[in-house]
Amino acid sequence: MMNQEVKSTPTAKNGGRLFRNDVIFIAALLVVVSLCGLCFYLFRGEGDKVVVTVDGTEYGTYSLAEDVRVEIRTGEAGEELNVLVIKDGQAYVETATCPDGICAGHKPISREGESIVCLPHKVVITVYTTEEKDAPDIVV
Amino acid sequence: MRPTTKKLAVLGLCTAVALILAYVESMLPPLFHAVPGIKIGLPNIIIVFVLYRFGLREAAAVSLIRMLAVSFLFGNMMALVYSLAGAFLSMAVMAVFKKLNFLSVVGVSVAGGVFHNVGQILTAMLLLGTAELGYYLIVLAITGTVSGIFVGLCGAIIVKRIPKKLI
Repeated sequence: MMNQEVKSTPTAKNGGRLFRNDVIFIAALLVVVSLCGLCFYLFRGEGDKVVVTVDGTEYGTYSLAEDVRVEIRTGEAGEELNVLVIKDGQAYVETATCPDGICAGHKPISREGESIVCLPHKVVITVYTTEEKDAPDIVV
Repeated sequence: MRPTTKKLAVLGLCTAVALILAYVESMLPPLFHAVPGIKIGLPNIIIVFVLYRFGLREAAAVSLIRMLAVSFLFGNMMALVYSLAGAFLSMAVMAVFKKLNFLSVVGVSVAGGVFHNVGQILTAMLLLGTAELGYYLIVLAITGTVSGIFVGLCGAIIVKRIPKKLI
């Protein structure tokens, strides 16, 4: 009798039990989604270029395929310096004149979305992947 | 199983309300400019209501007609393909969860909301041939959960408040 009641009106009376199930279900769903996100994050692909921005405006784009050494001069008279080095497909800041030196201490970056930030000089170096090749990745 | 005239009229009314809600939603400013495709899915309130008050067949019919009408009125045919794929998967998942009977309207609606996005992204992956859209799916799964909760709560209230005698 009571059971029948629950089946016919899912929102009424015994809604408490169902509501608890909802919370469990939603939590489980979010956990699964987060795990998927984590997997994507951990196994994301290598990027193929780095984009340097200074105070939000683009300073330059450099391919990860070629080894280069770029002096990023910022500040009013170009007195602030970060030396960006690209070597063996990885980018890192070799030396910098910023007071904290966090950017120079950062590990080399190469994966899509990774970035090195120099807050004092407002320099952001981010790895990107060049948009779409003509050939599709998967053919269905 | 010929529908009675009354049922036909009510379902027609529901379709009309779903259409109006789709129109209202299209006028709302986008929530996040950075990520397109995030929607509350106001018409789904009606779909959830019909699913609970009448059943799967009726809900599927209202959903299909409403999408065809929306596409003809405001959208384009490409959007229709995505909508159909999303709605089909969403409806199937909601029907399964409703049948299992361990979730309330809210939980079923959340499942529907998330799988609506899953269906759309899978279609986009097939059509565009890019696997990178997987990132996008994670964002949409979370927003789909939030909008699913909202839609489910609204749907549950409507199911509760509109007396069976009336409809």
